[in-house]
Amino acid sequence: MFGKIIGWIDDRIPMTRVWNMHIAQYPAPKNFNFWYFFGSLAMLVLVNQIVTGIWLTMNFVPSAEGAFASVEYIMRDVEYGWLLRYLHSTGASAFFIVVYLHMFRGMIYGSYQKPRELLWLFGMFIFLALMAEAFMGYLLPWGQMSFWGAQVIISLFGAIPVIGDDLTLWIRGDYVISGATLNRFFALHVIALPLVIVILVFLHIVALHEVGSNNPDGVEIKRKKGSVAEEDKPKFKFHEYYTNKKDIVDAIPFHPYYTVKDIVGVVGFLILFCWVVFFMPAMNGFFLEAPNFEAANPLKTPEHIFPVWYFTPFYAILRAIPDKLIGVIAMGASIVVLALLPWIDRGSVRSIRYRCGLHKLNIAQFVVTFVILGWVGATPQTDFKTLLSQITTVTYFMFFVLLFVYSKNEKTKPLPTRLTK
Amino acid sequence: MMKKLIIGLFALLPTLTMAAGPSVPLMDANIDLKDNASLQRGAKLFMNYCLGCHQMQYQRYERTFRDIGIPTEIGQEQLIFDGSKVGSHIKNAIAKDDAAKWFGAAPPDLTLVARVRGTDWIYTYLKSFYKDESRPFGVNNIVFPSVGMPHVLQELQGLPTPITEEVEEHGHTVTKVVGTETDGTGEMSDDEYDRAARDLTNFLAYVGEPSRLESEALGLKVIGFLVILFILAFMLKKEYWRDVH
Repeated sequence: MFGKIIGWIDDRIPMTRVWNMHIAQYPAPKNFNFWYFFGSLAMLVLVNQIVTGIWLTMNFVPSAEGAFASVEYIMRDVEYGWLLRYLHSTGASAFFIVVYLHMFRGMIYGSYQKPRELLWLFGMFIFLALMAEAFMGYLLPWGQMSFWGAQVIISLFGAIPVIGDDLTLWIRGDYVISGATLNRFFALHVIALPLVIVILVFLHIVALHEVGSNNPDGVEIKRKKGSVAEEDKPKFKFHEYYTNKKDIVDAIPFHPYYTVKDIVGVVGFLILFCWVVFFMPAMNGFFLEAPNFEAANPLKTPEHIFPVWYFTPFYAILRAIPDKLIGVIAMGASIVVLALLPWIDRGSVRSIRYRCGLHKLNIAQFVVTFVILGWVGATPQTDFKTLLSQITTVTYFMFFVLLFVYSKNEKTKPLPTRLTK
Repeated sequence: MMKKLIIGLFALLPTLTMAAGPSVPLMDANIDLKDNASLQRGAKLFMNYCLGCHQMQYQRYERTFRDIGIPTEIGQEQLIFDGSKVGSHIKNAIAKDDAAKWFGAAPPDLTLVARVRGTDWIYTYLKSFYKDESRPFGVNNIVFPSVGMPHVLQELQGLPTPITEEVEEHGHTVTKVVGTETDGTGEMSDDEYDRAARDLTNFLAYVGEPSRLESEALGLKVIGFLVILFILAFMLKKEYWRDVH
């Protein structure tokens, strides 16, 4: 009976074939470590944002008069409204945490290198769409920081010569941030950008499954057809789409091995996530900024205006440069260089495990740089911090310059022929 | 390598959490959201002394009474002074324009003040009024200099006199108010007033986030469930992965 139903469906859409090709018989390297949880976790958070977002939309009022009060209505009068709201607000920060870690994984194991350039680019487009999504979402509660943060960020477009002023006017739909801005940001936040993100995530996974996953050793598991002895091939069945073209070593089927492993990652993540949601949703003002509990007031500028933590590294680069236009260009460039990593890194060895000592130092300094930039961008400026942000802006870009230089003739360690462990 | 990196990152966390602090040291509010008696005293203080000017426009009476353990009829009788229905928001009839004229600025809504300012700030603020003849209402405040608000709790605390200190600031010697001293004209002793300020702060903290206690109770259950699920998931993974290793 059950088989008959499956057969009936399979005659009409390729259900079993897709399941086997992409899940049950999809070859994944057997040595994924901790860093490989964050892709599936990003998907989990995306689903969380969409589902809680739908329910929040049911009670949210997207108008300058009603937005702030409707959020408090959700927090107080809607059954479990506080939970939906905290899941959504914590989810926004969690999204960036897992995405930053996911991107960092790509950097340390060289996952952007040939043939995964397009996969990396789709990822960067997701990151861009996510930043736009988060920025627009942050305006919706219509608190002081929503209002003034948006004011500052949108005014950045005004630094563009000739079209700048008209462009900011076009984005806001008004001469200042107003109900018109809130309405359009709501539309973009709940439908346009989520749609873009979901489509990009789909393409990201299509690209991933075409080239296959990289792994902590950075050694390809797909070998030239006929180059692998029969006894070296894994005992598992993989879909012929992969085995017809290549011989595969050291792989395991995604399901059940990585599905059961990802469940462990998901539950571990949820423990931390729920701890924040239930016990400290404001996260000391990092996830929910205190001034944002005051309704937007166009006549009262907050003492300090900061974007939410996930934008602060880029915001710090912007502030480090005294000239507004150059600052905006530098901020844009800081994201563009990330997207260009596949071409900046001219090395052929992917994983940090087998690359030169300088590369390890360079990655370490990049991490420190990113954290310092984030801290400087999230706290009031002082002379010392301005200097610090200028130094770290240089070291941020130096990462890419150095990588470009030393990766050409890098002294690497010998690669293993098979995956280790 | 990775481990060192992660440890290094965590070592940086304390500096990250040291966001900008206020220039005046704040006193520890030391509130307890589970202390219903304190919340009830705080509610009474709020309704008697604050609500005349400050609203809690997002919070309802009924929810408040229920959460802090006041029977609806008693609340209706003793804590609603303007004949509002018990399901209404906690509002007053003060006209914003008039209030702005009287005090220099309209008294802010206090529903979320604990989340904007923090509880330590509120507690310190309530305890930092002092006599200052140069101000329209004859009082000033250490944490909120030139505040437009009169000392509405004066009948309880009395009118504290300022303790001043000479300090060097930008090369000048200025007289700064660093503390206050009771003048003994209030109905309450210092300790009683501290308790009243703490009760009021506690109540404001509750109204700022009425779901706090419910959230923590549910959170414990959720995390307890997840921890068990984690162990099971981990064992399941180990079992499956025996084929791989």
